Amino acid sequence: MKLLTHNMLTSHVKGVTKGYPLLIKATEVKVSEVEFNPNFVSRMIPKLEWSALVQAADGLGHLQDLPAELVTDYENNEDFLRKVHRVLLEVEVLEGCLQCPESGREFPISRGVPNMLLNEDEA
Amino acid sequence: MEPCSENVKAVRRSKEEKKLIRKQIKASHILLKHEGISTVSQPTKSLVVANGGLGNGVSREQLQDVLGEVGEVETLVMPPNKPYALVTYRSEVSAQRGHALNGRQLQCGDQIVTLYLSYVNTVDSEMWGCVDLPPGLVLVEEFVSPEEEALLLDAIDWTSHDENVTVQKVLKHRRVKHFGYEFRYDNNNVDKDKPLPGGLPQVCVPVLERCVRDRHTEVMPDQLTVNQYQSGQGIPPHVDTHSAFEDLILSLSLGAKTVMDFRHPEGRSVAVVLPGRSLLVMKGESRYLWTHGITPRKFDLVPACDPKSPAAVTSDLSNHSNLTLSRRGTRTSLTFRKVRRTPCDCGYPSACDSQQPTAPPSPPSLPRSQTDACRLEAEFVHRVYEEIACHFSSTRHSPWPRVCHFLSSLEPGSILADVGCGNGKYLGVNPEVIAVGCDRSSALVQICSERGFQAFVSDALNVPLRSDTCDACISIAVIHHLSTQKRRQAVVEELVRLLRPGGRALIYVWAVEQEYNKQKSKYLKETRQQGPTGDQESKSLTGNATDAHNTAQDLSGIATDAHNTAQDLSGIATDAHNTAQDLSGIATDAHNTAQDLSGIATDAHNTAQDLSGIATDCTKVHREIESPAKLSVHTNRTAFNSQDLLVPWHLKGGGRGGCNQGSGGDEQGEQGSKNTLDPHTEAQAPVPNTAPSQVFHRYYHVFQKGELEELCVRVRGVTIQRSYHDQGNWCVILEKTGDR
Repeated sequence: MKLLTHNMLTSHVKGVTKGYPLLIKATEVKVSEVEFNPNFVSRMIPKLEWSALVQAADGLGHLQDLPAELVTDYENNEDFLRKVHRVLLEVEVLEGCLQCPESGREFPISRGVPNMLLNEDEA
Repeated sequence: MEPCSENVKAVRRSKEEKKLIRKQIKASHILLKHEGISTVSQPTKSLVVANGGLGNGVSREQLQDVLGEVGEVETLVMPPNKPYALVTYRSEVSAQRGHALNGRQLQCGDQIVTLYLSYVNTVDSEMWGCVDLPPGLVLVEEFVSPEEEALLLDAIDWTSHDENVTVQKVLKHRRVKHFGYEFRYDNNNVDKDKPLPGGLPQVCVPVLERCVRDRHTEVMPDQLTVNQYQSGQGIPPHVDTHSAFEDLILSLSLGAKTVMDFRHPEGRSVAVVLPGRSLLVMKGESRYLWTHGITPRKFDLVPACDPKSPAAVTSDLSNHSNLTLSRRGTRTSLTFRKVRRTPCDCGYPSACDSQQPTAPPSPPSLPRSQTDACRLEAEFVHRVYEEIACHFSSTRHSPWPRVCHFLSSLEPGSILADVGCGNGKYLGVNPEVIAVGCDRSSALVQICSERGFQAFVSDALNVPLRSDTCDACISIAVIHHLSTQKRRQAVVEELVRLLRPGGRALIYVWAVEQEYNKQKSKYLKETRQQGPTGDQESKSLTGNATDAHNTAQDLSGIATDAHNTAQDLSGIATDAHNTAQDLSGIATDAHNTAQDLSGIATDAHNTAQDLSGIATDCTKVHREIESPAKLSVHTNRTAFNSQDLLVPWHLKGGGRGGCNQGSGGDEQGEQGSKNTLDPHTEAQAPVPNTAPSQVFHRYYHVFQKGELEELCVRVRGVTIQRSYHDQGNWCVILEKTGDR
């Protein structure tokens, strides 16, 4: 699970109203190089919940000095875009779990794949 | 004024004549095209009488009277179920007068039939061939005396309901009573540990002893089912469950005679007249492989009575030239069977439930509650995909072009959610978009992950993504796995929740209509490409009976589709497509059928009605199926016979789940579809005989035309941008409007 995906995921446990963002409890994190595409990253940024990304990156120790507030004019800021690129696409949680901030329900991450299935009574 | 109106009259008359001639010519074209009967223009002694057939309700006597008016008839051939007859006159002069009967109308029940006559060169009554009884079938006439018959009938007390002794049921088609063991219609088997205390009625003992003495059987039966059929009632074609009973089955007919239809899985059929007081002995192929059934109708085609030998009843209908209609009366049959104690090891594994590799022991029924639906999907969708993930994935390599087209149309940087992403074949189609997939099968999601795609495990009903975030969603071949309408709609609602206003969703579901706009889908076509060998393998490995109709019947004891129903009914056809061919093999299309061969109706409904007296209503037969609505098992690469069904998946390589790259690679080669359209979600190549095949069954609800749109319009806040049919799938593109 990359942090891009984490940024989109939310808890969907029945009755939960504040299920976002999910807390990451990682036991194994991998960083692998992905080809940098500044346009792609620029297009992604407005789609993100910035604070959730920063929180997640910080939690994994990969904050890369990203600011708590999104900078303006990032399109031409290659240094910034590279950092975002790294956090979004290169950092990957392989093992661990995601935890619902409200209910505390944990969803396991195994071999990079979050299992978000709910039990019958949770759906 | 006068001459003028005279003139008009003359013109009008000639118009009618022209019309008659036109219709006559059309009828002869149709006869040539569908029956290979070529008509000639110069007079001969023989004529084909279009519309003058038993198949469209004309009786021999009626036609004989009309034809005999003009000359001496030498022979009159009335092939069963055909809407024409062939007559040969003693002389050509008579035949010419017969020819002049063209346009003659007959009152047949409620309807008027117009006869069209054309000359033919020869009438070969052998042209329909002689039919032998199915192997293993013996009919012993007058096996019991009239006195014994009365005694036996008296002994069956339909008024008593002593459950301790017998089990009696009124089925919608007939009433039945069981002795010895109860035959259960829910699983088509007997509770072998629960014999009924009364055993077989004492009155049957002398009859059974005679069966043994005459060497019809070696063992004494221990189970008796008594069926009573009123006129117009019948029993759907079936093979008695192999695992329930031993080879030999004895059936004693009492009361009125009837016609029992035996059908070989390859399509051959033999109609056997069962006179009252006769004993039918079924064993071997006739018992294990052929289906037998009684068409619910009020008239039967039987050999016409020859005044010289009043008892002229033949056990087959090979003498086709001498048939007539016989009105049915009440018939009671006593079927004696021996309960089987060990699994069946007959030589007909394709029809044998004991020899099915992994056929579901009892096919599930359609869900009635949410809990049922969850259970059905867990067992017949989720578990199956988990088991077949690797093999499934290896057959899913080429994305469908029109889905790709949708994906390519997305703006760069769009967020795309593929809900039900399978092995992720769409996640990388447009590298400019941010794609994330989810699937219920963790094994499939694992494959996505290994391919470098972002995916997570989740249910389509409850996707853990933020609302209003996705620019696009796709749901390809997913919603048809949900087993209630409510749940299918809920998936669409969930997709719409994910979309931002203005975002679009593409949905594909499998269609009932595998043939659309006269184009067969890739899925259907694949069979042909595989050639007869492949087809065979596919069939034999399906393990079920060899055709779609039989599969359904053998596994659930019910006749499922309209096609079958009509055949069972009367051999008279059913749907607008098939009417022409099945009915009569005569007409060219549904439209022409009704018009040109007046009296042959265009659809199942009409057929039954218009052939008043012969057939009962098809739709009614549908409803009167006696067991609960079990899901039928689909035969791969055939037309669907029901909207809710189980589709077999032949797992290759013997191994389950785990990804064995070797076997996956082989599979791709055999598919031969790399460069073409992937034969869609459901396509699967026949499995080679070498690998032991494990069969899994996936639940599907296949969509009818318009059904997907109907589902989507019930979802608020969304409009249908487009809907279309693509290779056997119904597809919609939805746009979220934002006002929910």
